[in-house]
Amino acid sequence: MRTAFLDTLYELAKADRNVVFITGDLGFSVVERFQAELPDQFVNAGVAEQNMTSLAAGMALMGKTVFTYSIANFPTLRCLEQVRNDVCYHDANVKVVAVGGGFTYGAMGASHHATEELGVMRMLPGMVVVAPADPIEARAATRAIVAHRGPCYMRLGKAGEPNVHAGPIDFQLGRAIRLRDGADLTLISTGGMLGTAVAVADRLAERGVGARVLSMHTLKPLDEDAVRAAARQTAAIATLEQHSVIGGLGSAVAEVLAESPDARVRFRRIGVPSAFSERVGSQKWLEQQHRLDEPGVLAQVETLLEGR
Amino acid sequence: MNAIPKVAVELDERSRHLRRRIVRVLEGGGRGHLGTSLSLVEILRVLFDSVLRYDPKNPKWPERDRFILSKGHGCAALYAVLAECGYFPVERLDTFYQDGSPLAGHATHKDMPGVEVSTGSLGHGLALATGMALASRRDGGAHRFWAMVSDGECDEGSTWEAALFAPQHELDNLAVIVDYNKIQSLGRVEEVIDLEPLAEKWRAFGWGVREIDGHDLAAIEAAYAGVPFVEGRPSCIVAHTVKGKGVSYMEDKLLYHYRAPRGEDLEKALAELETAR
Repeated sequence: MRTAFLDTLYELAKADRNVVFITGDLGFSVVERFQAELPDQFVNAGVAEQNMTSLAAGMALMGKTVFTYSIANFPTLRCLEQVRNDVCYHDANVKVVAVGGGFTYGAMGASHHATEELGVMRMLPGMVVVAPADPIEARAATRAIVAHRGPCYMRLGKAGEPNVHAGPIDFQLGRAIRLRDGADLTLISTGGMLGTAVAVADRLAERGVGARVLSMHTLKPLDEDAVRAAARQTAAIATLEQHSVIGGLGSAVAEVLAESPDARVRFRRIGVPSAFSERVGSQKWLEQQHRLDEPGVLAQVETLLEGR
Repeated sequence: MNAIPKVAVELDERSRHLRRRIVRVLEGGGRGHLGTSLSLVEILRVLFDSVLRYDPKNPKWPERDRFILSKGHGCAALYAVLAECGYFPVERLDTFYQDGSPLAGHATHKDMPGVEVSTGSLGHGLALATGMALASRRDGGAHRFWAMVSDGECDEGSTWEAALFAPQHELDNLAVIVDYNKIQSLGRVEEVIDLEPLAEKWRAFGWGVREIDGHDLAAIEAAYAGVPFVEGRPSCIVAHTVKGKGVSYMEDKLLYHYRAPRGEDLEKALAELETAR
């Protein structure tokens, strides 16, 4: 996803000299082409994310489309007030982009686990929040947030994830993409959990359980119609995210369901509990620990379907 | 610290007039930061009277210079100066701090022509101005960018992040003015977090620095005319000021960081500001 984002941004920046990329001293071996070929549109703000964010807002107020970029906690939590006051309150055309969503950098420790930032960003007035699922969505999302005037947050994974989508997609901000359909269950996934959602749906299909799979790449504005349709048309809904079950996709969907008077649907948030992962490990290992791998999600979905 | 020649500065009628306005703005609001709004009157008025290029009838004129009041709590002075400059009717000042008014107790840009950005949380303004200056420089713009910070604001790490960044990019289209009135929220700056040697700090960060008496109009004009002090570097003006300047019993008093004038206080302040002393 990182490569898909940077390649797309490079193309967009080549076509529009007002597109600016500010990195918080991150991106060794992947940002050099941008820096060398578009030096007037490249800034390294150093290890100073508060300044990076205000700087971006200042440049945006002069007419630029400005990206800030670092590992997930740094351009979001470290400088939250700059994002809120300088970017959002001024409706500045700043796109905050984070690599390392969820447990991407699992072995680096809790400081680098990004498991709250989607919820935090979602609360900010005027902020569009996007978490693409694979390189195909990352490319489309990058174009979409540049086309959208105003503050955006985009959470990426790392480099080298496989594509989940089989071919071209119709990507629109705020519009979920349906990958599978079925009447027994809807799996709503955001970010890099989509591959697991599809795999779980395929396992269920083998047993005759039909699951709809939605890629909810945009957390805000949420595709409320897709959530309500799932509540009407399928018997259960599970949300899937590599994020705290508080504040992220699960919360967003729960809010819609709670305010839909006709929604009679079993519901479960599958995500990370509100606790630090004190033991480190690879993303794969941490997914197992949190039952976010395929068997773990499958087991959680089974309990939901059994009504337990 | 370099010794600043203490000039016995007598406030002229315009300075006293602006202060009367500020006192009335705060009185009308019943709240606000008085002392901090009185210390910056001269550095602000000279900027708007003879340095900045702007058009109050076209506040978003793209070629305008930008002024950012990073110490947003001093906004009563900014509002008064903007009204005087023709950005909006002076009657609007009466709505300060009132229900439904855009005139917040910290500088706000919403429905407030002339206010470039909203501030109030300290440590944002210099970085915002730096971003603007960088964008202009990269586009070959001729704008100049001025940010005013408080001394207390120099406690904020983000102020120094921007201070590190601007010289790296040789932003000599950027200047910061430190309203060094020596008093912050809970006490004297030297007792809370001593900033000295303040000018040396900015110099060490790569800025061209000048120290002036921030109430001396001639010194302020000369300093502004000298910007950039060093070609290829941003400029810092350490303006030594007096909190509550212009009202004898408020001068250099912590109490008047917060207090809005009322009753006898108000009468005395206005009386003092009527006549030169």
